[in-house]
Amino acid sequence: MDETKEIHMQTRRETLKHSAIVAGLLATAGLLPQQALAYNKAAFDAKTLADVAKALGAGAPVESTDVTIGGPDIAENGAVVPLTASTTLAGVKHILLLVEKNPSALVALFNVTDSVEPNFATRTKMGQSSDVYAVAILTNGKTFFAKKEVKVTLGGCGG
Amino acid sequence: MADPMRIRAQAAGDKATVRVLMSHEMESGQRKDASGKLVPAWHIMEVSASHNGKVVLTADWGPAVSKNPFLQFVVKGAKAGDKISINWKDNKGDSRTDEATVT
Repeated sequence: MDETKEIHMQTRRETLKHSAIVAGLLATAGLLPQQALAYNKAAFDAKTLADVAKALGAGAPVESTDVTIGGPDIAENGAVVPLTASTTLAGVKHILLLVEKNPSALVALFNVTDSVEPNFATRTKMGQSSDVYAVAILTNGKTFFAKKEVKVTLGGCGG
Repeated sequence: MADPMRIRAQAAGDKATVRVLMSHEMESGQRKDASGKLVPAWHIMEVSASHNGKVVLTADWGPAVSKNPFLQFVVKGAKAGDKISINWKDNKGDSRTDEATVT
């Protein structure tokens, strides 16, 4: 009698374990496509250029003169720093703008299509003087970047 | 509903330069209010641009884009009279779409 009970419990435990595994698999399967399509939170939480590239599934970033970053040498107001990112490379998938010393490095990610030029301008917030990066991720996963130092003058009295 | 965007699209040759000024607080989530509590992040997450109804650009933004964001991009093959429409969504689920004509 005892023996049968033992066996019964074992099977039940086994069953529970299997359901847990299946549930886990389903969750992963449900999550993955979402991550690929929607807002890439991991990339926006990353602290460095290398981590951002990794979060986006891109290759290790290489410095290149084909990518251009534009911005002021000295920004008087860190709340509004105009930056431009552009590239002459072909087959660009994403253009990224990063500020290295911000709490999260990634500022903006542009998904480039054939109908727009890989050339964007926007304004960013900078907490302190820092290197800023323009990054081009190509369709083949190769990643190129250009960087520039922007000094932020606190107090807004000019440099 | 947020205030309307200001969109200007100017054709030059076989392409058009689009400049957009959106109206949004873009709270970074780093700032503290008077009582010392962290102000939660409130920023535009997704931006998409369409040229005559076809999506030509999508972008994901973090909280580090400035308040009342400015965006400039160049649409290939756009000519005077074409429609450019811009849509944004923020992390509170608010969204707005505005349209402009290329001049």
